[in-house]
Amino acid sequence: MSDATTLDRPREAHRDTPQRPTAVVTGIGVAAPNGLGARAWWDAVLRGENGIRPLTRFDATSYPVRLAGEVPGFVAEDHVRSRLLAQTDQVTRLNLAVAKEALDDAEVDPADLPAYAAGVVTASSAGGFEFGQRELQALWSRGGQHVSAYQSFAWFYAVNTGQISILHGLRGASGVLVTEQAGGLDAVAHARRQLRKGSSLVVTGGVDSALCPWGWVAHVAEGRMSTSNDPDRAFLPFSADADGYVPGEGGALLVLEDARSARDRGARVYGSIAGYAATFDPPPETGGSRLGAAAELALADAGLTPEEVDVVFADAAGERAADRAEAQAICALFGERGVPVTAPKTMTGRLSAGGSSLDLAAALFSLRDQVIPPTTGTDRPADDCPLDLVTGAPRTGVRLRTALVLARGRGGFNAAAVVRA
Amino acid sequence: MTRFEITDLTALLRESAGADEGVDLDGEITDVPFDDLGYDSLALLQTTGLIERQWEVVLDEEAVSEARTPGQYLEVVNQALNARAAV
Amino acid sequence: MRRVVITGIGVVAPGGVGTKEFWSVLTSGRTATRGITLFDPAQFRSRIAAEADFDPADHGFTPAESERLDRATQFALVSTAEALADSGLTGELDALRTGVTLGSAVGCTTGLDVQYAQVSRNGADWVLDHTRAVPHLFDYFVPSSMAAEVARLAGAQGPVSLVSTGCTSGLDSVGHAVELIREGSADVMITGATEAPISPITVACFDAIKATSPRNDEPETASRPFDRTRNGFVLGEGAAVLVIEELEHARRRGAQVYAEISGFASRSNAYHMTGLRTDGVEMAEAITAALDEARLDAGAVDYINAHGSGTKQNDRHETAAFKRALGQRAHEVPISSIKSMIGHSLGAIGSLEVAASALAIAHDVVPPTANLHEPDPACDLDYTPLVAREQPTGTVLTVGSGFGGFQSAMILTRPHLGVTA
Repeated sequence: MSDATTLDRPREAHRDTPQRPTAVVTGIGVAAPNGLGARAWWDAVLRGENGIRPLTRFDATSYPVRLAGEVPGFVAEDHVRSRLLAQTDQVTRLNLAVAKEALDDAEVDPADLPAYAAGVVTASSAGGFEFGQRELQALWSRGGQHVSAYQSFAWFYAVNTGQISILHGLRGASGVLVTEQAGGLDAVAHARRQLRKGSSLVVTGGVDSALCPWGWVAHVAEGRMSTSNDPDRAFLPFSADADGYVPGEGGALLVLEDARSARDRGARVYGSIAGYAATFDPPPETGGSRLGAAAELALADAGLTPEEVDVVFADAAGERAADRAEAQAICALFGERGVPVTAPKTMTGRLSAGGSSLDLAAALFSLRDQVIPPTTGTDRPADDCPLDLVTGAPRTGVRLRTALVLARGRGGFNAAAVVRA
Repeated sequence: MTRFEITDLTALLRESAGADEGVDLDGEITDVPFDDLGYDSLALLQTTGLIERQWEVVLDEEAVSEARTPGQYLEVVNQALNARAAV
Repeated sequence: MRRVVITGIGVVAPGGVGTKEFWSVLTSGRTATRGITLFDPAQFRSRIAAEADFDPADHGFTPAESERLDRATQFALVSTAEALADSGLTGELDALRTGVTLGSAVGCTTGLDVQYAQVSRNGADWVLDHTRAVPHLFDYFVPSSMAAEVARLAGAQGPVSLVSTGCTSGLDSVGHAVELIREGSADVMITGATEAPISPITVACFDAIKATSPRNDEPETASRPFDRTRNGFVLGEGAAVLVIEELEHARRRGAQVYAEISGFASRSNAYHMTGLRTDGVEMAEAITAALDEARLDAGAVDYINAHGSGTKQNDRHETAAFKRALGQRAHEVPISSIKSMIGHSLGAIGSLEVAASALAIAHDVVPPTANLHEPDPACDLDYTPLVAREQPTGTVLTVGSGFGGFQSAMILTRPHLGVTA
């Protein structure tokens, strides 16, 4: 074949659409501030239950911000065996619990798959930060000999992928991406890429946690968190009263499978990852947000038009300028109030790398149950955010076949994923 | 003279590396390979660090890495403690 | 299949800043390992490292930028500028079709170490003082900030991410970028990796597992891969950034081409966070898959750029992997480890090794393994001791192995620009 033939084709045609295996989701695991386990979380989301509360993990009284989304009732000993407890941070323990839930939900035993058919791709944002803080304290207060033998990997960004791979014997292509809050989508897209390269199953997504003083000061020092101490009024994306975000811990891991191998083993399918794209914002002075471009490219990747999108799960920054930019991107694509938009993350806070994969889980459950979960906190969108925001109660009676999930990571990262039933 | 006993070792192993389900650390384990007890090189490195700090002793790296059983490991620790006592 | 070529290289490495200096060090067999000068290492077991002689002021960073940007980010930016200039691409980028992947294993660990000491009053406090933190602490906390800086410098608005798979980050980052071009998500990728890990916490954590060499009296000859007397790796630092392009894109603009990246694969050992099985089976599998992607057989390989970290475990694991994947060819082909000269810069080294592999093809020279005087009898291949070799080097295999169980392999080939696939 001559290379010259590839030159003049339009961009979309670069992708070999017909031959691509479809990536389908066959298992979902969740840890969220308003519910541990996918079912508990989804029930709470539909009830509009808020998981944002005063911090209990450490004494936060000296900080101007004291609210967060902590995963409730997580007893590490119930999920992680003793030998692993000593060498793992909270973030890894959560990841191990959620990965097991996802694999159990998919009713798959990776040992039944060919040797290198299954891998792990996770998003991370800060690694095992509480573990790291303990070891930094040991180093600085007592000396280098007091640093743990586990520090060399327990805190680093690759730890969750590594530990999940080891625990479940997943020897296929694996990876770790860091793009702050966009990570959950980027990881799933990378997993889909591995399916195209020949893998048949990938455990993927993001579950994050850094609710320790060391993680907290990084947020506080930047000064972009909401300073409200009313859990129901602190995180108000798209509201005229939006005043910053509330951080949380948790996220979701998905079992993503090649459609054919899922079908061959008779797996139940939640839906497919039909489209994806990522873009990066130019500096504010030289151009606007490229979130809209990511959404357009993701739709093109899925071979769909905006009219075919039934619901949008917004990034929902909770900061005025960023909310406006996202509303503009959505309106440019769908028109003002042209598509139902929701942000169930108002009930969890922003979960770093976990937030956008949790939104994917929400989108998949929405399509399954034909219900759009509500945005809580925000009563109505600001005038400069002319969105059909689903507030107050879940919306039913809308036919839901396709969802668009948007995510942005601090520093200019945009990602968009299209999910189909 | 101070002796490092098997109970000292099992306590430190539990503290620094946990314990595998189905392994009875309080049973007769002196000659059971660490592998069979569920402990890898990292677990032993972590335990060695703890012993060195708590017992204020420096263990021979090569000898530690070659100890395959709790019995052999106790010997390394006690040799170091004896050497220290002799100084 | 879209093909991907390297058209620009930028390097910051121990022994010299710039690609020319880097190649001069590698081919002369000089070593850049020495006693640590970046901080007082007196309390540590291993007090040696391969440091880069790098003053941000020499590279145009203002004092404010020098303070804000972690040392690793500075390395990445300087390398990016060199790579872009080398590629001749400056100013003619299609922003949305240009992306960035940057690898790093431990992110902004230098900045975090310094900041931790400040907010904790040298480890005295568990609840930390946010008023003593710099406002950009969040950028150190989530290392996607490093990829964002590179994207802004390059003017990229396509897919941007940080890849963090431990010590294979540098190889996986380039592999990821290749996948993005192949699948059509970008035409140009700025890709590579950076690391500045020579900080007290990193030195302490490798001390704790006795992975680094304590040969403090002979720092210049301490990194001894494949030598019977080796006793651990020597920490390094640096960055390598490549401009890679879709072949037709490069051809249309008449770009110089160093090498084609024709195969990449990654596998996991699912065995241990830091340990390696002696049989090297997963690395062998990655090598075989990378060769398959390149449509080459083992006999085509002219040079193996080894992981060669200088731990007994690695050297034997890797030797077994080469034999398993390449059969008889493993015994014929020259192998070398540039870590013998520039140390092991964790996440960065994989990209430095890709750069070295591309230069080996461009110059038909195989860099040597320095300090290899007494080969380990268990490592019975040709590790190119001490002296570089001029030889036709059309196809190079480069491999990496990382904490978390990651095993990656890449195939680079001499570009045959006039010939189509």
